[in-house]
Amino acid sequence: MSDASESRSAYTVRLELVDEPGELLRALAPIADNGGNLLSIFHERGSLTPRGHIPVEVDLEATPERFETIVSALREAGVNVIRAGAERYGEELSVVLVGDLVETDLSDTLSRVEQANAAVADVALSAPAGTDEPSSARLRLATETGQRERALDTVRELADEKGLHLVEPLAGGDR
Amino acid sequence: MNLAVAGCGAVGRAVCELAGSYGHRVTAIADSTSAAVDESGLDVETVLDRKAERGSVGSGDRERALAGDYDVLVEATPTTLGDAEPGFSHAERALARDAHVVLANKGPVAERYGDLRAAERDSAGTVLFEATVGGAIPILSTIADLGSADVTAVRGVLNGTANFVLSRMSAEGLDYEHVLAEAQDLGVAETDPTFDVEGTDAALKCVILANVLGDGDVTLDDAQVEGITRLTPSALDLASEDGRTVRLVGEVTDGEDPTVRVGPRLVPEHGTLAVTGTQNIVQLETRHAGQLNLSGRGAGGRATASAVLADVGRLP
Repeated sequence: MSDASESRSAYTVRLELVDEPGELLRALAPIADNGGNLLSIFHERGSLTPRGHIPVEVDLEATPERFETIVSALREAGVNVIRAGAERYGEELSVVLVGDLVETDLSDTLSRVEQANAAVADVALSAPAGTDEPSSARLRLATETGQRERALDTVRELADEKGLHLVEPLAGGDR
Repeated sequence: MNLAVAGCGAVGRAVCELAGSYGHRVTAIADSTSAAVDESGLDVETVLDRKAERGSVGSGDRERALAGDYDVLVEATPTTLGDAEPGFSHAERALARDAHVVLANKGPVAERYGDLRAAERDSAGTVLFEATVGGAIPILSTIADLGSADVTAVRGVLNGTANFVLSRMSAEGLDYEHVLAEAQDLGVAETDPTFDVEGTDAALKCVILANVLGDGDVTLDDAQVEGITRLTPSALDLASEDGRTVRLVGEVTDGEDPTVRVGPRLVPEHGTLAVTGTQNIVQLETRHAGQLNLSGRGAGGRATASAVLADVGRLP
């Protein structure tokens, strides 16, 4: 690529989409067309924005100049960009929760984690015995650099409040 | 050195058996009801045979064993919480008569560190307790060599029973109760495993580390402790899908107010902390030497006795 030697950064854009077929693809096209490298897309189908739209979070990599172009192109294409900035999810952490996840409202748990400066990048749920036995969930959270402990505190509070057992990552990252 | 050994469990017995090969003499052995004392040196084999046959080490008075003429008291009675008795009084009495004290008993060091150090200050004797953390692994002497100011954090897998249960659950997909029963059959877990699986034992070891690092008076009440009893095979599966496994990890952070936390943690499946079975591992974070990993046998009579006897060798 021509900009291989330029410095590329990771960016997060938060969009809101109308719940209609083809909307997601339409929103992603301006990114790909303008040289952005898609890293991850988090399509929060379960939750709606106050306007009744679906929030989507896109992580991408681009040079600062190209990122400006991408945001303009998104707006020109009529995509509602709620947040676009150099705000970067620089850190990731995984946690495992064990307990009555479903009965204690898993989606509430997820949305409250999201309110604490963390994006839920991935959720895996395992409930081998239905709701009769404890279920387990693994959450992969992306946080802004330096916000790891804050996100973890939120998860600890939620686990405490909902009587869930929390398996934390090690302090200071993987070893 | 002449050793008086208080406590005749696996560790106390192994200390008696091995003392001769380290060049020491056992002059007194006390169990919970009786004592054998001979200031010219006991025939250890005869005393231990008697203990095995009749359940007591001799017909002597326990008081005489502790009041006798010895250089080092080896305190290997069971760990108790709260006032840490009778271990604490044993240590205090030995120090009052200017003898050294080597502890295998975690209680006095974890629960009454300040009192123990105060008794040491008033004595010509020295207190050492390498065997209380990580059995045979030379953790405390490594910290002493580095200087506790150079060590900024310690984390580790410090309980063999909990680790055995977790590594079996993870490898075989078996549930907690099943693996625990198996561990009890194998003699890896006690009949009452509460102390191990609820994290108390690992927490006591971390409290000792915090006391050493901060030279403070941390006790079990200051530690945040969670055990492994609520973990399910599906939780371990989810961890494994992500390239991780779960270990009961104790963490001590340095500072004016050291914090102690013990609980199940996600660790990389093939990472340094993912030791299996009854192995223990400790990671020291240091200011000047980076990270040090020490691993080995964290329990067992002979392994732990080797740490006790290494302490005896370090005494001034």
